[in-house]
Amino acid sequence: MSDHDHAHDHDHDHGHGHDAHEPLVVEDDAGNIEGQILVDALQTLLVERGLVFPGEVRREIERLESPGAHLGARLVARAWVDDDYRRRLLADGKSAAAELGVGVGEAQLIVVENDATTHNLVCCTLCSCYPRSILGQPPAWYISKAYRSRAAREPRAVLEEFGLKVPDEARVLVHDSNADMRYLVLPQRPAGSEAMSEDQLAGLVTRDCMIGVSVVGPVS
Amino acid sequence: MGAAGRLPVMRPRFDAGDRVSVLELGKPGHVRTPFYVRRREGVVLHRCGSYLNPEELSVGKVCGPVVPLYRVGFAMTDLWDDYRGSPADMLCLELYDHWLAPAAAAPLDGEPARDDEAFEHGGRP
Repeated sequence: MSDHDHAHDHDHDHGHGHDAHEPLVVEDDAGNIEGQILVDALQTLLVERGLVFPGEVRREIERLESPGAHLGARLVARAWVDDDYRRRLLADGKSAAAELGVGVGEAQLIVVENDATTHNLVCCTLCSCYPRSILGQPPAWYISKAYRSRAAREPRAVLEEFGLKVPDEARVLVHDSNADMRYLVLPQRPAGSEAMSEDQLAGLVTRDCMIGVSVVGPVS
Repeated sequence: MGAAGRLPVMRPRFDAGDRVSVLELGKPGHVRTPFYVRRREGVVLHRCGSYLNPEELSVGKVCGPVVPLYRVGFAMTDLWDDYRGSPADMLCLELYDHWLAPAAAAPLDGEPARDDEAFEHGGRP
């Protein structure tokens, strides 16, 4: 959103080109967020009419936000130590996750594997689709318009800004989560990790490695 | 796989390896086909099962049919004229059956029709 001052009259017709939806998640000069005001008003009405109990919304948010990248990291670590599991994970991510007691709420989880000649990157150009049940809520940059458009348009430049230079001879595969599937990158197991246990390996696997904007660095 | 159940099911028309063209259906609403692949050619990577069409689901139509969904890969250099990277770089996304046609047996003369104008000036993905 532009940084100039303007009267925030909410009639989305005010002669400069920003998207009508942006103010929903950006606070105005008084610190109000348009989307939050709408949500609060709706919630008040629902509670007043007995359709929602106080605390129910909070509990639901808590439920939505409880998964985290540690779940995805468990799948990756198991795939690193168990080659049969790795094959099952690549063939059917949802079933393989269920084997470890990790529930994937989305229709299917497609696991894409990095190797010496392939680097995978996940984005959602249309909105913010993300494997939330195994990585939690997406980071703010993942839902930014800049990432969503540039990941599909110039992925190598985006990766360099994240500090990752993909060699010219390797191919980059960008996965746009535009419909029903969700994607998880299976990073390469790092050099120097040969003696590590599955739990220790899981500790190396970060969210960004499983989105594909980073790789798991060598263990010293 | 998918939301099949007892709903009417469309038979998948494509399979892995098939070359397909993405149609420009010009539909409004909750459409999951980004502008940047419309009128472009790609190759089906695999079938993803069948699901309720999100264009209908978004307006409450849940009686089907369920529509086959495919993952389709596009060469980045086919999507973007000035792409900087390897010719092997690919973009993979999911497309519903009704947005696809078999790719033309022979390429059309000259450049394929492009919709960059609409994409850059207000055609919202």
